[in-house]
Amino acid sequence: MSDVSEAPPISLIDKSLGLNEQKLLDMYSVIWRIRWFEEKVLDLFRAGVIRGTAHLYSGMEAVATGACAALRPTDYVTSTHRGHGHALAKGLEPDRMLAEIIGRADGYCKGKGGSMHVASAKHGMLGADAIVGGNTPIAVGAALGARILGRDDVVLCFFGDGAANQGVLFESMNLASVLKLPVIFLCENNLWALSTPTSVSLSVPDVAARGAAFNMPGVVLDGQDVLAVYEGARAAVERGRAGQGPSLLECKTYRIHSHSAFATREVRPEEEVAYWRARDPIRILGERLEQAGVASSTTLEVIKAREERRIAEAAEFALASPTPDAAEAYTDVLVDAASDEHVVGRTAG
Amino acid sequence: MTEARSISIAEALNEALHEELERDPRTFIFGEDIADTGGLFGVTSGLRDRFGPTRVFNTPISEQAIAGAAVGAALVGARPIVEIQVMDFLSLALDQIANHAAKLPYMTGGQLRVPLVVRGPVATGIGLAAQHSQSLEAWVVHIPGLKVVMPSTPADAKGLLKSAIRDPNPIVFFEKRLLYSIRGKVPAGEYLVPLGKAEVCRPGRDVTLIASGIAAHHARAAVQKLEAEGIDVELIDLRTLKPLDVETIVASVKKTGRAIVANDGYRTGGFAAEVMATLIEETFDFLDAPIQRVAAADTPIPCAQNLESEVLVTPDKLLQAVREMVGASRAVAV
Repeated sequence: MSDVSEAPPISLIDKSLGLNEQKLLDMYSVIWRIRWFEEKVLDLFRAGVIRGTAHLYSGMEAVATGACAALRPTDYVTSTHRGHGHALAKGLEPDRMLAEIIGRADGYCKGKGGSMHVASAKHGMLGADAIVGGNTPIAVGAALGARILGRDDVVLCFFGDGAANQGVLFESMNLASVLKLPVIFLCENNLWALSTPTSVSLSVPDVAARGAAFNMPGVVLDGQDVLAVYEGARAAVERGRAGQGPSLLECKTYRIHSHSAFATREVRPEEEVAYWRARDPIRILGERLEQAGVASSTTLEVIKAREERRIAEAAEFALASPTPDAAEAYTDVLVDAASDEHVVGRTAG
Repeated sequence: MTEARSISIAEALNEALHEELERDPRTFIFGEDIADTGGLFGVTSGLRDRFGPTRVFNTPISEQAIAGAAVGAALVGARPIVEIQVMDFLSLALDQIANHAAKLPYMTGGQLRVPLVVRGPVATGIGLAAQHSQSLEAWVVHIPGLKVVMPSTPADAKGLLKSAIRDPNPIVFFEKRLLYSIRGKVPAGEYLVPLGKAEVCRPGRDVTLIASGIAAHHARAAVQKLEAEGIDVELIDLRTLKPLDVETIVASVKKTGRAIVANDGYRTGGFAAEVMATLIEETFDFLDAPIQRVAAADTPIPCAQNLESEVLVTPDKLLQAVREMVGASRAVAV
């Protein structure tokens, strides 16, 4: 059948993989940061502070964390409507993110983008995107633009099992392949697109099988194991930076909550949800860190508490942030030539 | 002062591309069949040989990905020019243009910019029929965050394309295939035509004729005929559809008291309606007659030449519209 490879198990402290104690603890911190952040978002939605809806990343934290850990600060990310995890893993600050999600002036986008359009130019986070699959050609373009400008930045392109059937994704994969661009197409297959399971929508068992159709490797990864994701992403990044072109990674994962905060009714089978709840990325990483002697349970508890505090402070910041000036409704529609010479994503690291 | 020379619109566009790719190394151009053959009409000829395959290349037939790649490249600081082979295919690229390029600066609170040009020929009027003949500016004029340009002379084509390439906003640049071979005086040496400025091609006192694209080209001949009939038409070529040069058209209609808007797109919901609405808002007290429009009929465009002429904007339809308006008002005035 399909020649889809699985990533081999890796040892924890592996200098050749760029892993050290600090990096591992950073990963653990980021996973908790995302977990606490999304719970806070849910609270704020239920309290009526967040309008519209929010698409929570809870349960999928290892994917964003592991993948973004393989990037340089100057590499780019294009994201989806379920992008809070991607943003936090790329280094965006929880306080300005929450301010953005609740529509306040101190948000990254001055309150004008909201949850589905969070972005940070200086972090190279080119935006959450509310058009399913819409970010995929943009990722190709970002890599193309970097090449034109003489840089070797790679682009991490998140998309879900829903986007896996959008024609624009296939166009983008083909274009990245013929142009040999360093794009990491990362499918977060959480088995459900809103209320439609992959069992009825996806014509193949693994999205990764579609890599071969576009002449790129397609790798299935355990999306609940941050280190498996990290290793798979790192290999794809190296491949891209070495001029070998794009890669397709498929992270098998699951969201704990329903598709969006607005949709409270659970449509998925109880046993399935329970199975995946038990495969908690926090527990999986924590156990590995303890077993390898990298961290004690105390250290892990300290990290958990620190991140909880950080998110609580972020919420205070966001709630204290003023609403945007009415005049801002009319700014940034067109930009003027005067301040044209901006450069995206060149953060000092 | 360097001599102007007579070149075609296709040649003028080609010069603009050569000059801008030379001037700014961040600029590059891609699309279907643009590289080795220089495009279907020579607009991109010579670019590949001069600037190389990294900056000038052919793509697969993938309009969504092509347009989206232009967006991504612009976001990271490059200056992409992307060709849509026939502008009817805008429909395929529209999500990236309307939902992404047009909105990213706003959605990100000004953090991200999308300096790109989507350009290509509108193939109206040569018998290519319904899916290869549409002038779809109404679709993109409607979306906030885009500029929309439509030249009708070689000098304007070159100067506007250069300005569009240097502009930091996403721009949809409509060329007209029927006009690619039209020749006109183009200044030698460096020059730009600013976006957002209409041109009063011919001053007049009896009626203002506001046109763009092929309609503007036909109008240039029509106003000479009308002059011989004693009708003094003030002809305005909009050149940029969005932002619309409201100041120029309002001043003109306040002067003449009569306005006709001529546009290549379909009538209903077409761009002419937008210009008319603006004029009604700004010049109502100065009007001696209701504003009229001349546009393509509300039908898909047929293949047979006589049917095509039936539905498209023709010089005769422009003449008739002006004569009726001026004749009617003169009859009333007597």
